[in-house]
Amino acid sequence: MRTLTEGQVEIGSVLPELSIDLTPTLIVSTALATMDFTPVHHDVEGARAQGSKDIFLNILTTMGLVERYVTDWIGPEAVIKRINVKLGVPAYAGDRLTFTGAVVDCEEGEYTVEVRGKVSLGDHATATVAFRLPAPGDGTAAP
Amino acid sequence: MSAHDREETGAHEELMELAAKQAALGEVRGAPAADPVNEPMIRHWLAAMGDANPAYLANGVAPPAMAQVWTMQGLGPRQPSPVDEVMTALNEAGFTGVVATNCDHTYHRPLRVGERVTAATRFSDLKGPKSTALGEGYFATWTVTWYSEDDPVAEMLFRVLKFRPKERKKPYPLKPAINQDTAFFWEGVKQGELRIQRCGDCGELRHPPGPLCPTCRSANRDHVVASGLGTLYSFVVHHHPPVPGRETPFVVAVVELPEGVRIVGNIVDCPVEDVGIGMELRVTYSSMDDELTLPLWAPREP
Repeated sequence: MRTLTEGQVEIGSVLPELSIDLTPTLIVSTALATMDFTPVHHDVEGARAQGSKDIFLNILTTMGLVERYVTDWIGPEAVIKRINVKLGVPAYAGDRLTFTGAVVDCEEGEYTVEVRGKVSLGDHATATVAFRLPAPGDGTAAP
Repeated sequence: MSAHDREETGAHEELMELAAKQAALGEVRGAPAADPVNEPMIRHWLAAMGDANPAYLANGVAPPAMAQVWTMQGLGPRQPSPVDEVMTALNEAGFTGVVATNCDHTYHRPLRVGERVTAATRFSDLKGPKSTALGEGYFATWTVTWYSEDDPVAEMLFRVLKFRPKERKKPYPLKPAINQDTAFFWEGVKQGELRIQRCGDCGELRHPPGPLCPTCRSANRDHVVASGLGTLYSFVVHHHPPVPGRETPFVVAVVELPEGVRIVGNIVDCPVEDVGIGMELRVTYSSMDDELTLPLWAPREP
């Protein structure tokens, strides 16, 4: 895993698509890894009783997956500064979450990526993620 | 202004007053996180997310998006927050639905293994009522700041829509178009009578009702009450398209009455595959609500 450098990231850079199978195991393990024990994220009967068609992804996981999507691309040494997510339709177990994204802005070393996370029902998350790349040469992220 | 509107305005003012009161509390600090930032929880989180980034564990820092995880209460008792009272009041006012609309994180610096954070919550504002696709509702916004000692390390803006779930309308059948010529028929149905129009001069029965006798062209008319018995003369099974207030498939029948006219109606209380020409029927009345009763046809008991 290597981190991209300034010459490799520019406005218009397109991130490779990432598609994630939303297995019940993924929904439940991420809910528990984020310490979210709300029944709609692990109990199918409970989720149905309150009108959902199945268990669905919790918001802390949506944040985590958006972060992962961007760092998978830019690399481990970049520093994420901001993740703003507009939440849309639920991401149910059995569905597939597909991320696409592109760099839309760069100001004073801070890049902004627009990310869309789609499921079969529509947009699950529409996000903007801001990050900084390591300063060239020193291998550490700019402040 | 109607009493209902006054009540709504009163409820709105109470909600806005409460929201202002909670916002005035400013930042309310919770208890410190149960555990300090630690490797096992980071490793578990990375594995669940499928995040192969090695930098976090190598550098002893938490993934930024984990900020909220450290102060999640898990299965422990819930800590009170200035948001609670607003949510309770919204539920009591009928805005029982909830859907999160925004979650914005800002990370000031990475959290290091060993640091123990505390969350502080500030209720920001309540906006509404607004009409949304889910129903009428209020947008409630609050912010959480995570502190390590007194150093703010991350912030979150969180917004939810609390909405009054739309009442599901029961499917309602198409209403008959009642006019001066047909009113007597629907009056009869309401009273449990199947009325057939009769010419006031030549005495011929006719159905559907109309203004003139097709035989003698007299405009004089009255009606007789039919026995309510009939025989299936012809029918179709309707599968598609969907029809309001009806579950498909259903049977549209032409029923021959012993009085000598035929009448169109639905057959009920009989599986579609058992419907056959010549079957013996009797009329039955189905009350849809206070306004509308429909005459339907059911198999006659053997």
